[in-house]
Amino acid sequence: MPKRPNTLKNSEQELRIFRVRALLAVLVVLTLASLIMGRLVYLQIVQHDMYSTRSENNRVRVEPLPPNRGLIYDRNGVLLAENRPTYNLTLVRERVDELDETLALLVELLELPEEEIEAFNVRSRQRQRPYQPALLISDLSEEQIARLAVNRHRLPGVEIEAQPLRYYPDADIMAHALGYVGRINAEEMKTLDAGRYAGTHFIGKTGIERFYEQELHGQAGLRKVETNARGRVLRELGRTDPVPGENITLTLDKSLQMLAYELLDGRRGSIVAIAPATGEILAMASAPGFDSNQFVTGIDVASYRGLQEDLDLPLFNRAIRGHYPPGSTIKPFLALAGLVEGVITPDSTINDPGYYQLPNDSRRYRNWLRWGHGRVDMERSLAVSNNTYYYTLAHDLGIDNLHKQMSNFGFGQRVAHDVQGESGALMPSRDWKRGRFNQPWYPGETLSVGIGQGYWQVTPLQLASATATLANRGHWVKPRLARQIGDTPVPRDLPDTLNDIELANDSWWDRVFNGMEKVMSGTEGTARRTGVGLEYRMGGKSGTAQVFSLGQDQRYNADEIAERLRDHALFIAFAPLDDPQIAVSVIVENAGGGSTHAAHLARAMTDAWLLKDDAPDAEEVREVLERDDANVEGN
Amino acid sequence: MPWHYIARSMRRHPVRPPESGIPRRKSIWERIHIDPWLLGLLLVLMGGGLVVLYSATGQSIDAVIAQSLRFGIALVGMAIIAQLSPSTFLRFAPLAYGIGLAMLIAVEVAGDIGMGAKRWLEIPGVIRFQPSEMMKLAAPLMVAAYLNRCELPPRLRDIAICAVIIGVPVVLTAIQPDLGTSLLVASAAVIVVLLAGLSWRLIGFMAVLGAACVPILWINMHNYQRQRVLTFLNPDSDPLGSGWNIIQSTTAIGSGGLWGKGWLQGTQSQLEFLPERHTDFIIAVLGEEFGLVGMLVLLCLYLLIISRGLWMASGAQDTFGRLVAGSIILTFFIYVFVNMGMVSGILPVVGVPLPLVSFGGTSSVTLLAGFGILMSIHAHRRLLSR
Repeated sequence: MPKRPNTLKNSEQELRIFRVRALLAVLVVLTLASLIMGRLVYLQIVQHDMYSTRSENNRVRVEPLPPNRGLIYDRNGVLLAENRPTYNLTLVRERVDELDETLALLVELLELPEEEIEAFNVRSRQRQRPYQPALLISDLSEEQIARLAVNRHRLPGVEIEAQPLRYYPDADIMAHALGYVGRINAEEMKTLDAGRYAGTHFIGKTGIERFYEQELHGQAGLRKVETNARGRVLRELGRTDPVPGENITLTLDKSLQMLAYELLDGRRGSIVAIAPATGEILAMASAPGFDSNQFVTGIDVASYRGLQEDLDLPLFNRAIRGHYPPGSTIKPFLALAGLVEGVITPDSTINDPGYYQLPNDSRRYRNWLRWGHGRVDMERSLAVSNNTYYYTLAHDLGIDNLHKQMSNFGFGQRVAHDVQGESGALMPSRDWKRGRFNQPWYPGETLSVGIGQGYWQVTPLQLASATATLANRGHWVKPRLARQIGDTPVPRDLPDTLNDIELANDSWWDRVFNGMEKVMSGTEGTARRTGVGLEYRMGGKSGTAQVFSLGQDQRYNADEIAERLRDHALFIAFAPLDDPQIAVSVIVENAGGGSTHAAHLARAMTDAWLLKDDAPDAEEVREVLERDDANVEGN
Repeated sequence: MPWHYIARSMRRHPVRPPESGIPRRKSIWERIHIDPWLLGLLLVLMGGGLVVLYSATGQSIDAVIAQSLRFGIALVGMAIIAQLSPSTFLRFAPLAYGIGLAMLIAVEVAGDIGMGAKRWLEIPGVIRFQPSEMMKLAAPLMVAAYLNRCELPPRLRDIAICAVIIGVPVVLTAIQPDLGTSLLVASAAVIVVLLAGLSWRLIGFMAVLGAACVPILWINMHNYQRQRVLTFLNPDSDPLGSGWNIIQSTTAIGSGGLWGKGWLQGTQSQLEFLPERHTDFIIAVLGEEFGLVGMLVLLCLYLLIISRGLWMASGAQDTFGRLVAGSIILTFFIYVFVNMGMVSGILPVVGVPLPLVSFGGTSSVTLLAGFGILMSIHAHRRLLSR
């Protein structure tokens, strides 16, 4: 302890020290106070605008109001794509007392695997601001909703939120034609108009959903709301209503589409039906199909891989992307090409010894009937599907004319107006071969093309479209899937339609029709079994496309060849002959001969369309087919 | 040193007894030992504080009444303390310091844990308070009492002893952990030493030493404390977490502009974007609703109180009184500065309430008790000199 100081003397000095220090303190106080003042001036004057905006952004939230996606109907008003109310599970972290416990309880209640807890934990953090609900599970089942509802009191901060989701009632049969919507991915996000798509999570990925995305989607609206820090909406400050997407009525007939799908019976193949006068696609089936609803919510990896690795390629839309050699189905078009080019007349004949030989060439191009059909004119060539007639015709036309005329029927190009992802397939030509193989065109290749083999490939849609044009006596109407968008009908005549095909003599159309009728009803017709009991006049043409090429003199035995190497069965048809209402193309992969394995399907389609309720259903057709599965040789 | 000239010019201070020796007639204020100027300024401050508090609590009249009651109790406490003579504080300083220290140790051993820190001492059903709050007054009193017995300016040995007196409660508070309060206790006591005439060389030396200690302090800090500092340096690094407070408070103040959005009209405050809006961040409510004008009025009010306080302190007649009074009033300013600096984003977030405006009882009581001591020192100067 210091000794008691001399108070008088020291207090003088101490007072002086204190006063100096106090004065210094005043200076420090003033300095710091000015610092605060400076800061306040900076915040409240200099940066005022910025903070004003920031506080306004805090308070005012612009909420997107996504439009309702347009519905899709078939031609009779049957709903094909709707918006189903679904329920999502969301969580607000700030309202949850014990996050781990809550997540564990959720997993337990919904009987999910334990690993989901970690996934939930991650998802619950994905948000932009406090009190924003984070999405845990989308599309809860009714049972899950019930379980959550019962345990609601144990789950503060956990909420069930409604969201409309696309739903396809007839997913399997319609999957390819309609397409589907899926979550907008990062790639699509870059190109989308952010304002138009505000609040929209789904976009058309394939088919009609993709082609008419603009029309179906509509325009997002928005509302300005005042919220507090917890995100609770206090009042609405302004609003622009969304413009809902337009409903689309398709040209498809759901029952005809379903019939087509059932006729294919799970086999790989496709059936396309078109109304010739209007170009309306009545049915466009590709089998096998798949459940497009899986793609809406996001398909799981295992299922997706299953679909991807399925040898039957269920995701592949055969109707518009399948490339098939057309086989003999193109003979009517070739005959027309001959008539247009003046190479033949309906009465021209050839003598068929069972094969055709090019001049100065020993190779024999065989008719399917070894001993030949003898004298053959145009109509008979169609009825019996004579090859020699068409070898001759093709050779006389030459590849250039052949390519030109077949292009007029739409082969080798995309023909439809609004079919997303349609392939043009391949109509070979000299130029194509030069470009592709850097080789000249050989005359023998023209003969292959003449019977729909070789490089020539068509899609079922092309084949149906060419048949419709033929049935329409050469008048082109562009095939289309949409009949009416909103209140606006799709016009019959669309731009970029191919030029009509004109014959020197209009009655020649009837001669070709007669030839095709003889296929169904003639005594020699390849599909005469199918034509039995027809209640209307029907034209058809069978085709058998080789998948597996045979050596020159080899005989074909279907049993010896593995299933997938067997021929494709094809058939085209239209009816009634005098006023065609429907044109059909049928392709069944690896089924064998077209006259036996595809013709019935085509007739079932025309029956269904023309006879309506009196037509046999798919089951009956199948029975006939099985009973009839006797071996008819050739096409 | 120029300061000597300035100091000399201050000699003609009213503290000096009148030459005539005839006792002046005492006013009513002098008789009840209350300084009317200081009291008036405090009442204006508290009244204004209640107006802001009403808005900050989402127009809760209950909160305003509760706060008024606390103010009432604290004012009564202030008046009572003002009646005691400064010699009483000098006598009881070691005792108060000792009790405070004992309680801090008790907290460490048996304290209640609230908000993740041991701060509270509770006699169940009777009272529950923070001993560290008491240390805010006890520590400077003890240091002043010690220095009062020394020759000033203090010698190195005295300073070392002071350092121990200050260090023990500061460390005990810091490990609770309550960094904010421990810094306030430390600064209150250190101010006493500074006012007593700590040599400039030593101040410089300590400043360097302090700077060297920053890394050590950093290592020993709790995570949330470190987070606060990091957030202060870059609030946008974690805008939803620890940055939220400071972003929202600067937004509130900045959006207020010159005149403010009007009482009860602040969207940041009323829509609850502002955290702790009625306690530590209440000044942001003022800034948003009353603008720069409101903020400057408040700041001026504080500066007036501080001026009056310093005036009173420099008039004290003995060293103990001067040191205690100076420390009390400068600590008051530190509260104001730290709180305003934190809310406006120039200091890291430390839990320091805005004196006499923030909602809360303990700090009001301590502050007004301090003003009571100040008034006592001021009012008893003539009695002592006679």
